[in-house]
Amino acid sequence: MLEVLDLHVNYGGIKALRGINLTIKENQIVTLIGANGAGKSSTLRAVMGLVPKARGRVLYKGQDITNLPTKDIVAMGITMVPEGRKVFANLTVEENLRLGAYTRRDQKAVAEDMDRVYSTFPRLKERSWQKAGTLSGGEQQMLAVGRALMSSPQILMMDEPSLGLAPLLIKEVFEIILLLRERGNTILLVEQNAKKALEIADYAYVLETGQLVLEGPGQVVLEDAKVQEAYLGAAR
Amino acid sequence: MGSISLFLQHLANGISLGSLYALIAIGYTMVYGILRLINFAHGDIFMLGVYLTYFGVLYTSIPWWLVFAIAPAVTGLVGILLEAVAYKPLRESPRITILISAIGASFLLQNLGIVFFGGRPRAFPVPRILNHVVKVRGVSINVITFIIPVVTILLLIGLSYFITKTKTGLAMRALSRDYETASLMGIDINRIISITFFMGSFLAAMGGIMWGARYPQLMPLMGVMPGLKSFIAAVVGGIGNIAGAVVGGFLLGLGEIMLVALLPRLTGYRDAFAFVVLIIILLVKPSGLMGSGQTEKV
Repeated sequence: MLEVLDLHVNYGGIKALRGINLTIKENQIVTLIGANGAGKSSTLRAVMGLVPKARGRVLYKGQDITNLPTKDIVAMGITMVPEGRKVFANLTVEENLRLGAYTRRDQKAVAEDMDRVYSTFPRLKERSWQKAGTLSGGEQQMLAVGRALMSSPQILMMDEPSLGLAPLLIKEVFEIILLLRERGNTILLVEQNAKKALEIADYAYVLETGQLVLEGPGQVVLEDAKVQEAYLGAAR
Repeated sequence: MGSISLFLQHLANGISLGSLYALIAIGYTMVYGILRLINFAHGDIFMLGVYLTYFGVLYTSIPWWLVFAIAPAVTGLVGILLEAVAYKPLRESPRITILISAIGASFLLQNLGIVFFGGRPRAFPVPRILNHVVKVRGVSINVITFIIPVVTILLLIGLSYFITKTKTGLAMRALSRDYETASLMGIDINRIISITFFMGSFLAAMGGIMWGARYPQLMPLMGVMPGLKSFIAAVVGGIGNIAGAVVGGFLLGLGEIMLVALLPRLTGYRDAFAFVVLIIILLVKPSGLMGSGQTEKV
């Protein structure tokens, strides 16, 4: 469904990504794990057109979207929950959700999706008229996910959705990701919490200093000795 | 004339001048809210709006009231052009570069004004209906003094509806907070910035027409002082905050008129008033009267 071919990204003289190849199949959870600075976020940001690509191509349903502006990529059905949630603190919860549906014209379908987001996250409904900045960190994460769902995405890319959340909320976030797959979404998940991500992933990629070092089904990668040692803190 | 009616007359004049400052200040504050840029050419856009109206009324067969609507729209398009030429190519540059570009654009517009419109003052063609004196309970006041606040309030209601109720207004508020996330929502950032410049320039030209009706002397440098004072109004109210710009505008207009009225000996310091207010505000509350200290939850 989404294919990333030989992707290179440079920041000034620094090579953040040095030839990444990803294949994301429909209705799967694909995860990208790696240490800080390995290039996980850069990959997502490059796909969304937020950072320029030095080389490589991105194909979505066979169509080349490498050089499209972000707004067109969103309109085609790819969306991203940015790292750190990034809700619009000065806007209400409801306004944040409406912005998620910015590219959509069918107001009836938007209203239906709004109801669905509210029933998935009842706490957002209770707080629909509150400014997003007054929400707790967990609620803001719910809002960021809900806002992304409002664009009716086919591919949802999530950048560190569990970062900074309490263990109970982390569990909730992963349950939501599983629920989204059940509903037919395709998910590209970037996580520091490698163990949890690998447990739910259909397929996984391991990134090290801008290059892929390992890939395979989530369970296989989870049991890999090197991964165990490097990311899961297993003793030798 | 009783002292109360005299006071009322000053009050009306102050509100009227304050309205004009408010209309111009909105343009500064909207652009700042989105680009974090002080658009120093804004006062000259105001000047351009007045001249366009002047030529429209005198040199075309379009009726004056239609010119009063078309000229601001054309000024709005010039605002879009200004952004596209002077600011857009520098969007990734350091802030100081784009600020210098704004100052350059200001000088350019002033000097183009001198070249094309001439340095000699011209008389603004004020329609008779806007320019006659009425007597209300012994106070004689020009009708334009009343028309200005009324038109201003109507424009403010329209603006407020646009910002709070429309999708584009929502996108504008999102953009003022976070560019990157706004683009992740599928918002066309360039389009929203253009609309912002259009609206700011449109309102400045509206203010310009009413300014011309009230002080009917046109000069290419006429935008400098009102521009500066309106910029101060925006800072006093809290730059980036539209309601603040309106409050700051009225405060400055009223203060300036009252200073002259109550302390006639300080008349010569009339233009200094705004700067004194600016200094006080910057000392006491640098974020402005309605500016917010950023509160963010991480």
